[in-house]
Amino acid sequence: MKTHVTTTINGEEVEFLCEPHETLLDALRNHVGLTGTKEGCGSGDCGACSVTVDGELVCSCLVLAPEAEGKSIGTIEGIADHDKLHVIQEKFLEHAALQCGICTPGLIVSTKALLEENPNPTEEEARYYLAGNLCRCTGYDKIIRAVLDAAETMKGAA
Amino acid sequence: MAVVEYQSPTSVEEAISFLTSSPHAAKVLAGGTDLIIQSKGKYDEPLTVVDIKGIASMVDAELTDDGLKLGPAMSCARLTARDDIKAVYPGLVEAAYLIGSTQVQGRASVGGNLCNSSPAGDTGPALIANRAICVIQGPNGTREVPVEEFTTGVGQNVLEKGDILVQLKFPRPAARTSDAYLRFIPRTEMDIAVAGAGVSITLDGDGTCTDARVGIGAVAPTALLVDAAAQALIGTKLDDAALAAAAQAATDASSPITDRRGTIEYRRHVVGVLVKRAALIAAERAKGA
Ligand code: FES
Ligand code: FES
Repeated sequence: MKTHVTTTINGEEVEFLCEPHETLLDALRNHVGLTGTKEGCGSGDCGACSVTVDGELVCSCLVLAPEAEGKSIGTIEGIADHDKLHVIQEKFLEHAALQCGICTPGLIVSTKALLEENPNPTEEEARYYLAGNLCRCTGYDKIIRAVLDAAETMKGAA
Repeated sequence: MAVVEYQSPTSVEEAISFLTSSPHAAKVLAGGTDLIIQSKGKYDEPLTVVDIKGIASMVDAELTDDGLKLGPAMSCARLTARDDIKAVYPGLVEAAYLIGSTQVQGRASVGGNLCNSSPAGDTGPALIANRAICVIQGPNGTREVPVEEFTTGVGQNVLEKGDILVQLKFPRPAARTSDAYLRFIPRTEMDIAVAGAGVSITLDGDGTCTDARVGIGAVAPTALLVDAAAQALIGTKLDDAALAAAAQAATDASSPITDRRGTIEYRRHVVGVLVKRAALIAAERAKGA
């Protein structure tokens, strides 16, 4: 039996139909057409599917789609302001903090959550916070440079 | 198991009736970090999930002069953000902070960790050290079970059909009491405990230990309360001999297995070391509590 879900995604009200066993990740990609959120492992280990649910950073592969009812979801598609990239996105480009790009949406969503919680992270704090976002390409160093530079820049702008 | 039905009750009574009236297997959904993975891939048996996060008391925490009433499904992220709780039960919050990644902590909960009943669950030893009481509500009423009696085996606990862990109750620690939780993993983050130890220490004015509780994890089918380790500490100033005796008591109480994370010998040794170190951290904290 299909479940009808009404939720808010990146500030807009969205409705979709899903099977009760489907995850929020499945729903975003297959029913809502938001394919920016990626599936790496499907088991909560890689962070490629990171989104926020009512402000809390979670793995969307570990949330059942019906749980989205009445919630407010934030995905990678909501990070840029229309055509204008977010500072975090610009810094990832500038520091070449991506190669294949599968981990990148999750890392950017997680970085935004990190900087909202802690605008001034040390390198160690950033590495711990992002430990659940695996990248098999870059070796992490460029990612951490981009994150710390974004924090610096956002502080300057605030 | 394949999820064929999702229910989101707003009261405990309603949740119990979903659990008892389902024609097939029915399970409580808290953070889902174990349940959703377990239900993926195996499509043999239908499963109803009863999401309890819509019930306010399941996800709230109340800290008073009498102690802490913790909603078992409160996410670890929300718990670890509570500085007031951290000030009174630092070791409990440390254990919650060690469960998985930031993303997993956004969903995982202390109650879920306990009900999953993995021998390596991080919260077990910290709950034991803090004298937690499990409040269980089911079709036949409400009962209370000390946390060290809750888990009965690997993946097994005292919950029966229709039962829900509705609250974790902690007494307010006595003056100059504090706790600590330590675990050992081969990496620095995101791994499963090789051994873990939660210790609560009470000191008197001149630094003598007047009360202690020691819980150990990942070294037996369930987390264990080790009374002999606590007795080795009580009445001492936590000198080397007392700490060595407590470590030995923890080693003696353990009955671990060998797996790729560690051998039996290694785990038995490490759990003693962790008890010693956690006792010293708890004592240091107790001086200021
Ligand atoms: S796809 Fe969700 S954590 Fe890997
Ligand atoms: S850029 Fe390929 S996984 Fe990170």
